[in-house]
Amino acid sequence: MGKYIAKRLLQSFFVLFGLSLLIFFIARVVPGDPARAALGNLATKEQVERLRTEMHLDKPFFIQYYYWLIAVLHGDLGKSLYTQRPVTQDLLQFLPATLELMLFATLISLVVGQIMGLLSGYFRNSWFDGLFRVISYVGVATPPFVIAILLLFVFSQLLHLAPGVGRLPLGMAEPPRVTGFLFIDSLLAGRLDVTLMALKHMLLPAISLAIAHIAQEGRITRSSLIDVLQKDYILAHQVCGIRPTKLIFKYLLRPSIIPTVTVMGMDFAFLLSNAFLVEVVFMWPGFSRYAVTAMLSKDLNAIVAVVLVIGITVALVNLLVDLTIAFLDPTVRIRRGG
Amino acid sequence: MTNRYKAITAGWKARLKALSRAWYRFSRNPLHVVGLVVLLLISLAAGLAPYITPYPEHAGPYTNFREAGLPPSKAHWFGTDRVGRDVFTRVIFGYRFSLLLGIVVLALSTPPGVILGLIAGYYSGTWIETVIMRVTDIFLAVPPLVLALAVAAMLTPNLFNAMLAISISWWPWYSRLIYGMTLSLREQYFVRELELTGASKPHILLREILPNCLGPLLTKLTLDMGFAILMGATLSFVGLGAQPPTPCLGTMVAEGAKRLPSEWWSTIFPALAIVVVILAFNLVGDGLRDVFAEEEV
Repeated sequence: MGKYIAKRLLQSFFVLFGLSLLIFFIARVVPGDPARAALGNLATKEQVERLRTEMHLDKPFFIQYYYWLIAVLHGDLGKSLYTQRPVTQDLLQFLPATLELMLFATLISLVVGQIMGLLSGYFRNSWFDGLFRVISYVGVATPPFVIAILLLFVFSQLLHLAPGVGRLPLGMAEPPRVTGFLFIDSLLAGRLDVTLMALKHMLLPAISLAIAHIAQEGRITRSSLIDVLQKDYILAHQVCGIRPTKLIFKYLLRPSIIPTVTVMGMDFAFLLSNAFLVEVVFMWPGFSRYAVTAMLSKDLNAIVAVVLVIGITVALVNLLVDLTIAFLDPTVRIRRGG
Repeated sequence: MTNRYKAITAGWKARLKALSRAWYRFSRNPLHVVGLVVLLLISLAAGLAPYITPYPEHAGPYTNFREAGLPPSKAHWFGTDRVGRDVFTRVIFGYRFSLLLGIVVLALSTPPGVILGLIAGYYSGTWIETVIMRVTDIFLAVPPLVLALAVAAMLTPNLFNAMLAISISWWPWYSRLIYGMTLSLREQYFVRELELTGASKPHILLREILPNCLGPLLTKLTLDMGFAILMGATLSFVGLGAQPPTPCLGTMVAEGAKRLPSEWWSTIFPALAIVVVILAFNLVGDGLRDVFAEEEV
């Protein structure tokens, strides 16, 4: 197993290196002078020249890349031209809000997806199965920003069932920042009312993120369940009089765990990119909204950093998923040389 | 002369028969037919937009503040937007840009993806495969939407650059697909035989292996039209696609969202229009998958 992990790490490292080269290359070949963009039109020629030298823009491409890479390896992703702060500091500030949202969305899609898949597989070809099929078709075809806008419009603006945009109502002070996760911070501060509000605000954006994944995870559980239901040992258990609930939780659901974990790994990347849109709609002060702001203001350092951070996160999650599967599935473990 | 005529008609008859069999498989699920009909209607409406829409001049920089923000009525089926333009007209014109974007993205990303996939699959086990597939991995290291957004942001935001950005993040999927198929096809006897007879490599790759990949490729292309349109709408929603006053569906949703909930029609109708076209492409793609899946058995 150790050898396998080392090989995977090496692969990820190579891919990330390539990604950084690619994105840095694109950032440097686009027309326009980053130094001029950073300083604005009022800066004098000397000021621009000084910044160009400071940013190594006057040197050949590979030298520029070398300087940038050395800085990145020291944890310095450059200065954001937009917020005028180090990009690393920006990312650390905005990342927890996004992670909190994604965690919540994953939880929703997992629970609801399993239940939907279980019901539609167990009652195959019933009206519920048909309804679920239609929902999953529409769920996959609807862009996340459309889902987000529809939910915001119907549940918040028309029915007033859910709060509007943001992480907390206007005027409610955030608890002292410890982890950046609002529901943990507010619990640490002993402010239960803030925790409740934070969860309420998270509900709609998390559901918007979760809908496409509910469809996908439900379909996997459904097909796996139908597959297992036809096995002889299930019939044997039924003959022996094992209760249906025990049958479902102990024997029927277990085989779908591995494909579900695999899909969760792939879905993570899509969840992350969908968060870009959902955060924009719900004005969620997270990493993705920061990224979109950086993109709209052509903040090259921040864009490169955002892409790199996402690449690293996706690589880590994929590795984690592979290890989890090896842990769950002995045949995979053996094939990879135990 | 008559013999030749007979041979030609026989060929056409066989083709017709295969086509009717394919149609039978496709139409067994009525949803696929619904998708196809919707798709044809949308394409027709988009193609004829200047002639069939009630207010073609509203597609451009037109303003009429006396009719701004009107709810849906007989004169304006989908209402009017904040500067008095007919939303229905703009949705039909928006379809033009969506379909154009989908076609251009596929046209830009398919050829390099397919050719690299063919080469990597055919020369598997050599350094050529390693180089191509590792480069593919690099492009797939971040979700396509993130890469497309980043590239579009660094270029000047307009429709063509949005297409370019989506294509850059999309071609690796084709090289993966074709690579996998070539890998199994090249082991088959007809390819081995051709190699022995000394057929040229371009002939083997393009005339022998590629035609065998066309079914799954066509299925994927149809499904990807939906995804490309989704990505295009997303980019223009964020503000990195076509710039106003171009009637782009994503831009219209973003503009209208500022006026929710009072003027809901200027957001909800373009949003539903996006869902309908993507859904139609997905349904047709699923139908094609049924057609080709059984052909292999």
